[in-house]
Amino acid sequence: MKNKSLKVAVIVFPGTNCEYDTKYAFEKIGADVQLIWHQKEELVKFDLVVLPGGFSYGDYLRSGAISKFSPIMKSVIDYANSGGNVLGICNGFQILLETNLLPGAMKKNQNVHFVSKYHHLKVVNNDNSFLNKLEKDDIINIPIAHGEGNYYLDSENLQKLIENEQILLTYCDKNGKNLNPNGSVNAIAGICNVNKNVFGLMPHPERAIEDILGSSDGKAMIEGFSKSA
Amino acid sequence: MKIIVNIQLKNGVLDPQGKAVHHALSSLHFDEVSDVRVGKQIILEIDEDDKDKAKQKAIKMCEELLANTVIEDYSIEIV
Repeated sequence: MKNKSLKVAVIVFPGTNCEYDTKYAFEKIGADVQLIWHQKEELVKFDLVVLPGGFSYGDYLRSGAISKFSPIMKSVIDYANSGGNVLGICNGFQILLETNLLPGAMKKNQNVHFVSKYHHLKVVNNDNSFLNKLEKDDIINIPIAHGEGNYYLDSENLQKLIENEQILLTYCDKNGKNLNPNGSVNAIAGICNVNKNVFGLMPHPERAIEDILGSSDGKAMIEGFSKSA
Repeated sequence: MKIIVNIQLKNGVLDPQGKAVHHALSSLHFDEVSDVRVGKQIILEIDEDDKDKAKQKAIKMCEELLANTVIEDYSIEIV
């Protein structure tokens, strides 16, 4: 699918390491992608801002805790609050939690190991600009790679998350049965905000866009933001 | 003035590190240990002579950066 009009900003922090994979994935669907260094303060005319994966600021203190004070983040927060689409992948998701653009927090994985492997995910809600190319209950298989992906939210707010259809993806096995690699509440792998313009997930769709690399299931997710139907 | 900030996961929030350490202690036959919580300690050296002001500043630092109050509690000790 070609879509020259989709303009994507990929924010690069010191310690980010997925920016080129992310750029490649969005360029593959025809988007115009710019890498933006975190010291910049302005974000001009983008359709989507992506906070990619990696280990910004070495994950010091807590994952994403220091990145939220980078100069560019003020613009990212303003952009999100004005309705702009923001996607956080892995460390990007952790940054969105630390900035409170998304609810909850990350803890160390339940087994205290770094988990890096393909994992099946179930689509829980698709009525949003990210997962609209997928169907509810679709099972997809894409890589996860994190040490702190143990999503936590207290039960009262978790209930709101469920009611507002903010849960995007949950971890499962290939048949859609319960399988939780990190201890996340309700096996949550990805969520969005109430207004459905800020998205965060621990798995890496940008690493699963070509069959030759094991899976192309991430492509339909990347394509969700493209304007053409 | 030296300020010691202790940060730990809130009560009721499962602590994966604490659990792993507890398991290791059990395998070393320290059977009297009934629970382990792992936290972190941050030691601040700050230029402020007024203890109250120093504490207020430390609280602000915890709320803005040092602790994630969604899952963590903090305590502040002035020494």
